[in-house]
Amino acid sequence: MSGLMSGSVDDGDEAVARDMERRRFVQLLGMGGLVFAAGPSGIRRLGRLAETAVPVDPFSPHAYIALREDGTVTITCHRSEMGQGIRTTMPMIIADEMEADWARCRVEQAVGDERKYGSQNTDGSTSIRLFLTKYREAGATVRALLEHAAAKQWGTDVSEVRARQHTVIHERSGRSLSFGALVATARSLPMPEKTSVRVKSPSERRWQGKKMPSIDLVPMTTGTAIYGADVRLPGMKVAVIAHPPVWGGRVRSFDARAALRVPGVEKVLHIPEPPLPAGYNTVGGLAVVARNTWAAIQGRAALRIVWDDGPHASYDSVAYRAELEASVRKPGTAGRVVGNVEEALASAPRTLEREYYMPHLSHAQMEPVVAIAQAVNGTVEVWAPTQSPQDARGTVAKYLGTDESKVTVHVTLLGGAFGRKSKPDYICEAAWLSREVGVPVRVQWTREDDLRNSYYHTVAAHRLEAGFDGNGTVTAWRHRVAYPAIDAIFAQDVEGPGPDDLTNGASDIPYAIPNIRVEVCPAVAHTRIGWYRSVNAIHHGFAIGSFIDELAVESKKDPAKYLLDLLGPDRVVDLSKDGLVAPASNYGGTWTDYPLDTGRARRVVELAIEKSGWGTPLPSGRGRGIAMHRSFLTYVAMVVEVDVAADGTVSVPRATVATDAGFVANPDRARSQMEGAVIMGMSNTLYSEISFRNGRVVQSNYPSYPVTRMRTAPHTVDVHLVESEALPGGIGEPAVPPSAAAICNAIWDATGVRIRQLPVGRQLAGARARTTDPDGQDR
Amino acid sequence: MPTTFTVNGKRTTVDVPPDMPLLWVLRDVLDLKGTKYGCGIAQCSACTVHVKGVPTRSCRTPISRVAGADVTTIEGLSPDGSHPVQRAWEEVDVPQCGYCQAGQIMSAAALLAKNPKPTDADIDAAMNGHLCRCATYVRIREAIHRAADAPAANASTPGRSNAAGETNE
Repeated sequence: MSGLMSGSVDDGDEAVARDMERRRFVQLLGMGGLVFAAGPSGIRRLGRLAETAVPVDPFSPHAYIALREDGTVTITCHRSEMGQGIRTTMPMIIADEMEADWARCRVEQAVGDERKYGSQNTDGSTSIRLFLTKYREAGATVRALLEHAAAKQWGTDVSEVRARQHTVIHERSGRSLSFGALVATARSLPMPEKTSVRVKSPSERRWQGKKMPSIDLVPMTTGTAIYGADVRLPGMKVAVIAHPPVWGGRVRSFDARAALRVPGVEKVLHIPEPPLPAGYNTVGGLAVVARNTWAAIQGRAALRIVWDDGPHASYDSVAYRAELEASVRKPGTAGRVVGNVEEALASAPRTLEREYYMPHLSHAQMEPVVAIAQAVNGTVEVWAPTQSPQDARGTVAKYLGTDESKVTVHVTLLGGAFGRKSKPDYICEAAWLSREVGVPVRVQWTREDDLRNSYYHTVAAHRLEAGFDGNGTVTAWRHRVAYPAIDAIFAQDVEGPGPDDLTNGASDIPYAIPNIRVEVCPAVAHTRIGWYRSVNAIHHGFAIGSFIDELAVESKKDPAKYLLDLLGPDRVVDLSKDGLVAPASNYGGTWTDYPLDTGRARRVVELAIEKSGWGTPLPSGRGRGIAMHRSFLTYVAMVVEVDVAADGTVSVPRATVATDAGFVANPDRARSQMEGAVIMGMSNTLYSEISFRNGRVVQSNYPSYPVTRMRTAPHTVDVHLVESEALPGGIGEPAVPPSAAAICNAIWDATGVRIRQLPVGRQLAGARARTTDPDGQDR
Repeated sequence: MPTTFTVNGKRTTVDVPPDMPLLWVLRDVLDLKGTKYGCGIAQCSACTVHVKGVPTRSCRTPISRVAGADVTTIEGLSPDGSHPVQRAWEEVDVPQCGYCQAGQIMSAAALLAKNPKPTDADIDAAMNGHLCRCATYVRIREAIHRAADAPAANASTPGRSNAAGETNE
């Protein structure tokens, strides 16, 4: 166990005692600001908190950092924890920079307050890349302040003292003062000038590259961690909502008599359906308010509702696929133009054209969306698993017609999110219902609600065309895409993706091809489209990574060698000066800070080749595939090994992931994100599909929306992180995009079957029979 | 209708409809919220508890069916989180979001009670009913092996004397 402590104290025979201290420490941390919400198990934890009771007036020299006289350092995490480990990584950076002792740090979760904390919108793999410098400066500033305080107490110059492990020492005299003992003096001092604050050099960082125990580990393994549904308020009711089954639908008439006869059901309320597009608002529906969850579920099942399905009543995934494919077979609007693709294709002695299709997906995070609100006496207090408390706050305020200052959003742990919980529609429902019934309300979505009323990953068709010259070198690349865009939830007239969607891995390809043209073809949304882990890079990565493998096969070359050849000589490209038709986002970074660096792409490909044993023989039925994708300013190459059983079942015994994300603050959590991304990539590729018939989602629960289970999951995911001090890229998302192509390329290697439409399952195991309600669930 | 059963060693009576699933009795009535709702149809196993030592999907177990039975939830697996499976989970740092982990841990504890040295295939068979959307499967396998190797692995596990196979109730 002492290994887990490697960052904070030296190893030795006190390891056991320290381990107990650590366990106790993380138990305290796990509660965050949610002590009030605990039940019987939490009463014990309150007791433990009381044992370490500290003065109520902490010294907060920084929005993220508070100190107490007993030496406790409280770090306020303003980003949402959804499994990526930010509640550990952010304190690691700050405490290291502060020279704080890990065992005396606590973590609290911030309420939604963007002005105080900076952006709290936890999406786009941004937490570290937007805040690394701010966290370091915060820690260094408070360290400097404590050094100034010690110098003042000793009457020495600050240059003679330095902070070391929760104390400040005077090197010459050997005197030292603990951080806690310096709080009183520090309160009286001005904050240090920015020029006197020095951020540590890499060699001074204590926890660089080390594994730290995650903050919420003990609560998570003992059932005491607080997720959205775990907050309980006095007098709270539970609501389950019948949402319109079609986007834009509304209740025409209803009969609630049977529902109201269900024991425990108290009220049935009609949440108004807003006009389309409803953005982040609820889509409305009929809410059954009850004394407990089971009564609310039973009551909802007893409702009789006649729906007016509205303008999207005929949305049908089979017909829509044909529309998208027709769309990409006609010229679209150029997003990036390099050279002259038309001429190059016309003069090419040989060309290859391929089309790819990927259906809608849903996040299917293990915790269905849930929110608790107390909207009484003109104020609104919310507890919710939300990725964006700032958007929740703003949206709820607007929805209820009140001022943001009247709305407080507490963020619980998120039981998975993957983009779904960046939209606060379910929080609006809780706030509205609480105001109507005058008591706190928990809105609980069932799994069926979650799958059938999501903000879906878009459905996409791609057409790629390449032209070869006489030597077989690719000289032309034309890529046409058609998919409904996320912008369509905010505006009526959106007809497809914009420039920022294309730089999610389609227009920003790193390949050395003299003539490139990326085009957007029309696609109108008929359901809510939303962000899902790595967003458009999922289908961009599938289509591009598969097409490159097809080019290699066509050229009779080894796919890995081919990928390296296609990258060409190392180049650092400012894409804003290389063919973008309109200015486009570079994941929020500048092209100067984060150019398209093809050398980094090459190195991750080489690393994946080297570490995976690429080219060594495999048993029959097995195959390897490779793909590389840059997304969220991080470069990931992946070699996936598949095993295709006689019945067509695909498993992934092994995957090798090579990642260059610049500086990585918490390598173990980064590895866990890569492991998870490969396996979520398996779900996207092999099993999952959301489809529509008569405007309604066909799938309803995990049997009809399968995701990866343990039996087919890898036994080994080798993750190799490039050590780097470069500006950080994203970690949570970038390993998803190459996974689909790597898996499909491996299937080709194993079977000779080329997958051009997802999911795979239907093709290797035979078509699955579908009915409108395959699980016999609650609609 | 009152139903009496034992939860984490404590005799308990609840007055709820007989068809109310054990999951909602635990969460809404008894305020034991470590057991999670994931799917409601015994397909994700986030709600797994032990009933008479057998890992059981509480979302599909009517309260009437546990009358007189011993039920163990994650809160009762060990008094202080020191069960070998919990410790192994910490050492390997298994959880990401953590939502499914209580259910995973309950099944892993039952597996080890029955089969102290499981193979990968044994683990896959015992754990395949559990979904983890963060996909911590690689670390779950590792942690189960580690718990099996731990000296304390044979320490008392609630229900281990009569732990049998899985049930999808």
